[in-house]
Amino acid sequence: MIAIIDYGMGNLRSVEKALQKVGAEVVVSRDPDDVRRADRIVLPGVGAFGDAMANLEKRGLVEVIKSEVAAGKPFLGICLGLDLLFEESDEHGLHKGLGLLPGRVELLPTELKIPQIGWNQVSIRKESALLEGIPDGSSFYFVHSYAVVPREESDILCLTDYGCSFVSAVERGNIAAFQFHPEKSSSLGLNILRNFSS
Amino acid sequence: MLTKRIIPCLDVRNGRVVKGIRFVNIRDAGDPVEMASAYDREGADELIFLDITASHERRDTVVELARRCAEELFIPFTIGGGMRDESDIRKVLKAGADKIAINSAALANPDVINRCSRRFGAQCIVVAIDAKMVSAGEEKQWEPFVHGGRTGTGRDAVEWAREVVERGAGEIMLTSMDTDGTQDGYDIDLTRAITDAVNVPVIASGGAGNLDHLVEVVKEADADAVLAASIFHYGTYSIREAKEYMAAAGIPMRLV
Repeated sequence: MIAIIDYGMGNLRSVEKALQKVGAEVVVSRDPDDVRRADRIVLPGVGAFGDAMANLEKRGLVEVIKSEVAAGKPFLGICLGLDLLFEESDEHGLHKGLGLLPGRVELLPTELKIPQIGWNQVSIRKESALLEGIPDGSSFYFVHSYAVVPREESDILCLTDYGCSFVSAVERGNIAAFQFHPEKSSSLGLNILRNFSS
Repeated sequence: MLTKRIIPCLDVRNGRVVKGIRFVNIRDAGDPVEMASAYDREGADELIFLDITASHERRDTVVELARRCAEELFIPFTIGGGMRDESDIRKVLKAGADKIAINSAALANPDVINRCSRRFGAQCIVVAIDAKMVSAGEEKQWEPFVHGGRTGTGRDAVEWAREVVERGAGEIMLTSMDTDGTQDGYDIDLTRAITDAVNVPVIASGGAGNLDHLVEVVKEADADAVLAASIFHYGTYSIREAKEYMAAAGIPMRLV
């Protein structure tokens, strides 16, 4: 069973449907007990970083995410769920994140249009079971204005070019997260979700 | 590098796909979700569904359409048609649409753009502009029309585009009423005027008849995405062919 964490940040229906499509059993929940019982955790979300942390705290989800991840449960962050893994963000004022990975979240340092909306390629920087079957240079669907800046180079899984090079995926042990939306990235996106589910 | 997008557009009436030719003649071309999934397999980057059901029934059909698409579509999709206020928009987004497109509602009550952009995020608010040339010559001018192109607004399309972006629109879907249905090519001057005026993505629509038209509007008018209906629906070209053609012309495309 995969728990998709519902904390009032955007529509979770597409993530749920995509995981079901690849054969996973899912529960969409805001209940910390469901997160504890699940074998795997997905943290999706779109919206503002500060609101997201406030909602996670209000629902008692910060502690359970930290403890389950520390216990080794596979964790997948998507978009805002990637950003929240880091220590802090300067999106509309300074906000503390979950701090599961060292680094910060910053506005994309690009001259191009913000938000970046559309399909862009990833350059794969290290081996990952999650990216099995994904050719280097594949395109995925992005919608974002901010990007993560990990302090440890070894956490970087993918880089993407948008008038600047930014980190489009990270992985460390049981923690993985993507800036793009696998649930909206057609068959290659579903491939990543299948790799995560099995 | 961010790729340019090809977006097939499906006009849907009472749950079936039709395509308007010059907003008047319409022909049945199938089930929306089936057709959309086929487009996804072929490499469509995104899809737009416009619900053109008679307005009194549309509030329900448009939510049902979003719900059905969300079950089976794993690329981004936009739903337009019949949404009048924040509450209509919320229902369609909640049913699973990635973005909504509004036209008449935005012109009737522009504050709806600000409110929805703040509440749901700019990335899911697409403002559709149906524009018609009202002054030719050196300084061309275009007027936005509403109600499926039947009613003028007396406004200037370029000014309106600037305003919707200031209010929080995340994208503009720009249809030229002069070229729509002609298959003679997109309206390059209109598209250029709008892409020069705003800093959000512009989806060019109306007039695609062959693959050179797709290349032309990207290269000459800086469109971020091209919308087309007839040339794909009736099998004149496949999406794959169109993408390979554009890539060969030097445009960054997602090839699958």
